[in-house]
Amino acid sequence: MSFLKKSPWVLHYAATSCNGCDIELLACLTPLYDVERLGIVNTGNPKHADIFLVTGSVNEESRKVVENLYAQMPDPKVVVAIGACALSGGIFRDAYNVYGGIDQVLPVDVYVPGCAARPEAIIDGVVQALGILEERAKERKRQRRMVRA
Amino acid sequence: MSAYTWWLAIGFLVLGPLVGALLAGIDRILTARMQSRKGPPLLQPVYDVLKLLEKDTLVVTHLQSLYLWGFLFFMLISGFILFLGSDLLLSLFALTVSGIFLCLAAYSTNSPYSNIGSARELMLTMAYEPMLIMVALGFFLVSGSFRVSDIVQGSPWQVLQLGGILIGFLFVLTIKLRKSPFDLSASHHGHQELVKGITTDLSGTDLALVEIGHWYENVILLGWLYLFFAPWGLAVALPISIVLFFAEVLVDNTHARLTWSSALRVSWWVTVLFGVTNLLVLPLIGHSS
Ligand code: SF4
Repeated sequence: MSFLKKSPWVLHYAATSCNGCDIELLACLTPLYDVERLGIVNTGNPKHADIFLVTGSVNEESRKVVENLYAQMPDPKVVVAIGACALSGGIFRDAYNVYGGIDQVLPVDVYVPGCAARPEAIIDGVVQALGILEERAKERKRQRRMVRA
Repeated sequence: MSAYTWWLAIGFLVLGPLVGALLAGIDRILTARMQSRKGPPLLQPVYDVLKLLEKDTLVVTHLQSLYLWGFLFFMLISGFILFLGSDLLLSLFALTVSGIFLCLAAYSTNSPYSNIGSARELMLTMAYEPMLIMVALGFFLVSGSFRVSDIVQGSPWQVLQLGGILIGFLFVLTIKLRKSPFDLSASHHGHQELVKGITTDLSGTDLALVEIGHWYENVILLGWLYLFFAPWGLAVALPISIVLFFAEVLVDNTHARLTWSSALRVSWWVTVLFGVTNLLVLPLIGHSS
């Protein structure tokens, strides 16, 4: 069994969101939802993170940051897009300055809908991401073995 | 050095991480309960480290791993000497060297966050080191020896004789355990101005080494605390030291972080006020050597 499932550390970044989704995301850490009981820790450090939680519709400024953070995360890693903006651009979709969705710039694994996404939905999204994370960890192990052989 | 102390020292090497991880796990649960949360499972720190071993390690410079192994090695030496009942001063010096290795590892990664973290860690070393030396000195003055095996068999009154030093030690213990208000070199919560301080640029196996080193360190510090009460026997001394150890969690949760300058000032004042005063009055309250 992979221990990634028991101790997922998340990194949160607001890529041009309205902050609505971010507040819901941070609510997951409060005593009511307390995601630490699942071993989830919100690290502010990409090098310690396993799951990248991104909100917002991404513009040119935040694209650089998102790509940089993603590149700094050690494998295996997954990306969860949170909120309507992060999925498709949401109400900002027609704005001239946004990319409209995290998957325009990063490979997204789990989409959590909602405007704003509810804490329950976000936790559910993270739990789904854990399955993908475990798959990826297995794949990574196989790759390492092949490199060694 | 009897067969018993050899077993104790080897037990430290083998079981030290497990005990340290349990201490860390209880710490996290207590913290969660104080914030009216349920908190993680008891073995969460173990899961964290096992996970880190599964992750890729991003290496900025190969020096970092070398320094981290140095950190772990000297931590082991320090604990081994302590549990063998050997020289307390030697154990203290090994502990300091190990701390310096951690700073070197952070410096070698060259990120501004790690650099600030290790600069602050060195500052904190300056803050707690005088008090730690005074602890060893105090033990020497009451029991006439730096050897841990002699201190353990000292007079039952040594806690009272060393009352001020105990207070000073509990104070610097907060710094050593990296608890708030002194968590300024590696904040627990990574979304602050310092990110993760010293460990910012360490990932995967390297970060796991740091964690394991900290587990050993917790056991060593608990051992130091135990020495104060040791003459009363295991059954009394161990519960007291564990309660005092976890009192640090309460301090952690009720204090905001200090700046480095006030941390330095406060800890030196405490060192002078309690440590030095205690040493000066020690000849008056008599010692058993
Ligand atoms: S999905 Fe709604 S709440 Fe979330 S960032 Fe976009 S506009 Fe704000």
